[in-house]
Amino acid sequence: MIDAILQNRKLQFVVLLIVFTLLCVIITPSDTNIFWRLPPLIKGLPLAINDSVEYLMSDWFPIDIYDPEIDDYEQKPLLSQITRSLSSVILFLINLIRELLLGGVKTIVTFTGWDWASENTWARWPALPWTVVASGAVILGYALKGLRLAILAGLAFVYIAVFGQWEPSMETLSFVLIAAPVSVFLGLVLGVWAYKSRVVEMVLNPILNVAQTMPHFSYLVPVTVFFGIGDHAGAIATVIFATPPMVRLTLLGLKKVSAEVIEAGMMNGCTERQLLYRVQIPSARRDMLIGVNQVIMQCLAMTVIASFIGAKGLGHNLLLALNQLRIGQALELGICIVLIAVVLDRMSLAWANKQTDYFADLSFVARHKFSLLFLAVFMAGTILAYVGTFLIKEGPNYLYLIPHNKGITTEQFWQAGVDWVWETFFYVLKGFNEWLIKGVLLPIKNAYLGMPIVATFILTMGIAYILGGVRSSLIVGALLLFIALTEWWDRALITAYLMTVGVVVSTVFGVIAGTLCAQNNLATRFMLTVCDTLQTFPSFIYLIPVIMLFGITDTSVLFAVIVYATIPATRYTIEGLRSVPAQLHEAGSMSGVSWLQRWLTIELPLSLPHMMLGINQTVVFALFMVIIAAMIGTDDLGQLILKSLSDRHGVGNGLTLGLCVAFIGLAVDQVIRTWADERKRLLGID
Amino acid sequence: MPSEVVISETDQPVVQCDSVYKIFGDNAIRMLQSANGVVDSKSFHEAGCIVGVNNASFEVNTGELLIIMGLSGSGKSTLLRCISRLTEATAGKIFIEGEDILSMSSKQLIELRRNKMGMVFQSFALLPDKTVLENIAFPLQIKGTGTQESIKRAKDMVDLVGLDGRENYFPRQLSGGQQQRVGIARSLAVEPDIWFLDEPFSALDPLIRKEMQDEFLRLQSVLSKTILFVTHDFDEALRLADRIAIMKDGVIEQLDTPANIVLHPATDYVDKFTKEVPRERILRVESIMDPVDPAEDVSDLRISKDAIIGTVAEAVFSAGKPVTVVDKNQTVVGALHASKVVSVLFGSRAEH
Repeated sequence: MIDAILQNRKLQFVVLLIVFTLLCVIITPSDTNIFWRLPPLIKGLPLAINDSVEYLMSDWFPIDIYDPEIDDYEQKPLLSQITRSLSSVILFLINLIRELLLGGVKTIVTFTGWDWASENTWARWPALPWTVVASGAVILGYALKGLRLAILAGLAFVYIAVFGQWEPSMETLSFVLIAAPVSVFLGLVLGVWAYKSRVVEMVLNPILNVAQTMPHFSYLVPVTVFFGIGDHAGAIATVIFATPPMVRLTLLGLKKVSAEVIEAGMMNGCTERQLLYRVQIPSARRDMLIGVNQVIMQCLAMTVIASFIGAKGLGHNLLLALNQLRIGQALELGICIVLIAVVLDRMSLAWANKQTDYFADLSFVARHKFSLLFLAVFMAGTILAYVGTFLIKEGPNYLYLIPHNKGITTEQFWQAGVDWVWETFFYVLKGFNEWLIKGVLLPIKNAYLGMPIVATFILTMGIAYILGGVRSSLIVGALLLFIALTEWWDRALITAYLMTVGVVVSTVFGVIAGTLCAQNNLATRFMLTVCDTLQTFPSFIYLIPVIMLFGITDTSVLFAVIVYATIPATRYTIEGLRSVPAQLHEAGSMSGVSWLQRWLTIELPLSLPHMMLGINQTVVFALFMVIIAAMIGTDDLGQLILKSLSDRHGVGNGLTLGLCVAFIGLAVDQVIRTWADERKRLLGID
Repeated sequence: MPSEVVISETDQPVVQCDSVYKIFGDNAIRMLQSANGVVDSKSFHEAGCIVGVNNASFEVNTGELLIIMGLSGSGKSTLLRCISRLTEATAGKIFIEGEDILSMSSKQLIELRRNKMGMVFQSFALLPDKTVLENIAFPLQIKGTGTQESIKRAKDMVDLVGLDGRENYFPRQLSGGQQQRVGIARSLAVEPDIWFLDEPFSALDPLIRKEMQDEFLRLQSVLSKTILFVTHDFDEALRLADRIAIMKDGVIEQLDTPANIVLHPATDYVDKFTKEVPRERILRVESIMDPVDPAEDVSDLRISKDAIIGTVAEAVFSAGKPVTVVDKNQTVVGALHASKVVSVLFGSRAEH
């Protein structure tokens, strides 16, 4: 009997379920029963984190700093000095770019001081006329890639200007133009370091794991404590979030460079430095470019979240619009973010793929044609803007800058649309909403909350053991134990419930959509492009349409989660199915399988490991969305993280809560990844 | 330069290996020391060590083409990598033009590789992000040659390997044969004295392989490099080599000219390779001719002693009489009897 159970996975699952159900029935809810809930033994952790952060920032390692105001040395803690200088450097850089685009006085102030600047009112940096910036983008697009990119860049910038979002867009752009290069650089350095040193790789790996599964929100409070509030803090939070994928992909790319290519470099007499810079890094470029792409996406996704800690720009406005339920405006802002993302992405890609022409023997004019063209455009734009001051007597000078919200807007149209939907479908939507919440969601939620802690552990660790062995089981147990010992186990269960429902529905949708699209080349390409585009959207954008339809309810949260998390499920399903070798299809056809048989017996088993990795992604996406949806109003971990944002001592809470969310993600990741790797090895793929 | 020095340089072997060992494993050096030079790959394997190269000693002379032949796992590529010091030999000495390469500092090694060595790889090992021209110019740029000059030189190399018109292609846009032409051009860009080729044509289709071998012979007739060429293809070895070293389990089983290997295989293992070889396509007249017998009535037909037997067989038969064999200077060096040709063409293995 025991032998049979040990041999058969299905039997193991059955036994596990029986044990789980029995435990659920036997154990009675009671605050003192440790089988029901564990005592919050690490309740003090957030406070401890707060205290140590406080100590680090205000007492640790004092150094003498010269203070010109009192003409004497003063004792100041080292760390706060470091973070302060770092902040001012980043702030200076962001302002520099921002004022190049929009004009201003802060850069001048940095060098002269406020007193001087307020006395000399002429000393203002003028903004570039929007026509010049937009034409500059067109020229850059043409120089990098050609006509198509030029048109794309031109349309994007004109849209931004015409819809009156020029100022916030340029603010966002200046923010991204600093955060993205810093993240790419940091990612490169860390990735190369990890490649060179096994120890560094081993240390970095778990840190990256946690960093990539921690919800964005939980970084914010620590960042404000160390760096204050403002654009620089937003940029730093963004860098923290955007660097891990770059590190990962750099390392992956370097590892994939074939041994022979490295040998070829060595045989050509490369020094170690030359080997790295001229052979290994260039050869790993493909993966690194994906990294750059991800960095840009993360940066734009963070613009909204960074606005919580004072970053200006589109994100800030989007947040305001969402709070005021101005759907139309939120939509227009969202499109601006997406446009910037797409243009930056294409441009960085084109820049990296640019070729040198060695045979061209060009004149000075030909070599510098784009710079000269830009100069001409600059002059023309400036003159045009100057002429504009005479032509347009009333209102703002549209040839210079289109002020915020003074452009065309389609807000009324969208608002009318929302109103129409509400009026027409009010009862249908309301009915559906109520049915979903009362009939489906609440029972599931109660079931989750009604699980005794022992049963939860047995179930999760049991699944991990069956699928991944003892090691997996112990890791999952340890991760969950951390959550169980905080005082937020019930909140975590709610997060888990929203995530599970989201993941299950997304997976069903994703697998169906993916399977249908994978049947046809055209559909496959179309769907992958759609997935690519949808992934460019910052996660907040997904809240816009669901709020439009369902208002502020749990249903909205769930729909946002489902829409967002279906993307990876679909993508990985298509990739998995398409990677099944053609020979197997032919072998199947020759054995006379039907369409369904082929899917069930050939395609599904072979692509399942890859699809499971997609579900892994789905889990991470769903978790992020659940947390972000705290904005709409939930009662899970995300809500607490959101609260910790406005708490002066929120660091400990924010970080611990973030870890809880990360650990849920990592526990799932552990099980799925171990299983998928094992399965891939068995099937001999990858 | 005094002429004696020149002579002594040409006398010196370009590559010289003295009991080179390469053993993979954690305690390789200790195992090797206790083995006292007699390495048994089986007992080493049990101890967790893998024997790559086992006591290899040989010399390669200026302008010579030595082929290292063996099946996969025989240690042929490892031996090549020991000589180019891509892998560190566990024991033994390796001299390149008289200099001990194993005791070189990394700086000296880099200098040596930049100026004297070129290498071609099995899977081409081109830099994926660089164009044909940039790939070929790469070793020059690494050396510090200016862009103008290195591109000009690379252009010459493109012409040499017949890829003109494809300078700005990326490796992925080329066929296998074309990619390997780029690999060859790159390895020759710095005009190396020693040319390493690691299974350069193994990844190519048979027809392309033949074409590339012809191309290789053409290049070698122009360039006359000292060459170490690794292959698993015995026919390729016979076709190209001045001398062949046949390896098995890290040991060089036999090192000799193609003709001697075919005629006198040293071990059973070598014999297995030579069994199926059409000897008339390998052997030259020289190896089956008889000494000149003044009393003999010979035909007017004169053939070169370096001619492949298969190419002259028909002429020898139709002559009806023994044929005169001459060397390069048209001096008579022997006579060839049709009966010898017959035994090469149809004779059984036992005769040799």
